[in-house]
Amino acid sequence: METISTLIIAKYNYWAVVVLIAIGLYAMIAKKNLVKKIIGMNIFQTAIILFYVSIGAKRGATLPIIEHGHGQSVHAVHAVDYINPLPHVLMLTAIVVSVATLGVALALAMRIYFNYGTLEEDEIQKKIIGDEPDIKDSSG
Amino acid sequence: MRRLGLIAIIVFGGLLFSISFELPDLGDAQSPASTHVSPYYIEHTLEDTSVPNIVTAILADYRGYDTLFETAVIFSAGLACFFLLRVPERRGSAPKVRFYRHLATGLTLRIEKGGRLPEESKEFERIDSVWVPSDVIINMTCRLVVPFVQLFALYVIAHGHHSPGGGFQGGVIFGAAIILFAISNNLRSTTRRLSERSSALLGSGGVLIYLGTGLLCMLLGAGFLNYSGLSAFPGLDPVSARSYGILIVEIGVGIAVAAVMVWIYYNLASAGTQEEGL
Repeated sequence: METISTLIIAKYNYWAVVVLIAIGLYAMIAKKNLVKKIIGMNIFQTAIILFYVSIGAKRGATLPIIEHGHGQSVHAVHAVDYINPLPHVLMLTAIVVSVATLGVALALAMRIYFNYGTLEEDEIQKKIIGDEPDIKDSSG
Repeated sequence: MRRLGLIAIIVFGGLLFSISFELPDLGDAQSPASTHVSPYYIEHTLEDTSVPNIVTAILADYRGYDTLFETAVIFSAGLACFFLLRVPERRGSAPKVRFYRHLATGLTLRIEKGGRLPEESKEFERIDSVWVPSDVIINMTCRLVVPFVQLFALYVIAHGHHSPGGGFQGGVIFGAAIILFAISNNLRSTTRRLSERSSALLGSGGVLIYLGTGLLCMLLGAGFLNYSGLSAFPGLDPVSARSYGILIVEIGVGIAVAAVMVWIYYNLASAGTQEEGL
């Protein structure tokens, strides 16, 4: 019993990541609506962010801002006292980039909706194969 | 397809789950990710750059190239939205029917194409064709909140050296404040204050501030984005030059991110016409 609880405490972050990745990937593969696919992509990105940030954690360490006061002399800084800042840097940019890619994905979905009148993947496919001349040119 | 996807996900998830036992424990200070390069950053940031926030120092100094190209990615995402959605005005993007509200009486005017538009008149206010009643509570609350959100965004950018914050976070907050204004009022009154042209120019200007700082360092004899070159200016030693270099770069990132967020919102909310929208 003791070993199981220590195992859960040591690894539960990875399991949460696996669950989120599975949900996101399933939404991207199985859902037919393009907006639902985009939501799945965002869940996937969130899983990656959680993975990176949880890797940077250290037990008993504080956030990576060196304690300082005005006019205080700088004392020695030990790496074990501060959590790993590198994953935080990578994810900080990744969050903003994921918002930007979300914007591009939504713009593409809008473009598809204007051309085909639907966001359902199978209906779009039917329109592409079935009646080619129906696609009106509104590419601007 | 759905069943096949489910099977694939279960197999893939099972693989990931079995790998998780090999990965380092949560909170392990001796994990490979925390033992190679990150101790150097933690122990030398203060003497190298005099910036207490290690994340800011790594973001703008040690990994300056990464952040430069991330900013470029965000700007190109804004450009991509523009090229995908924007409809030029001469192509008849103007809606066929326009609605105006008479401010004194609250009457709504419907003007079809070819009709005389009271655009310049002070007595009429253009409203969206999907009619939204003007809500006093929402308008007033947002008008009160928006300046403080913007002030907080500037604080987050400027205080990124000493507390959690920096260009990306502050820029997103600033962009969110402008988007909040656009949602609570309408798109036209927002584009009157920050036009699409100026948001695009600010976005590219932010990236150019970053790039220009790197080139200035190169011009002053140091490597590209090596801010210690800025110590050629009077009153700066290499360490404080790095600190100021990081600040300039963060301001550039903040401008670029805020402007591009607003630009993407303009194009998405109005489907590229920039006429009507939330």
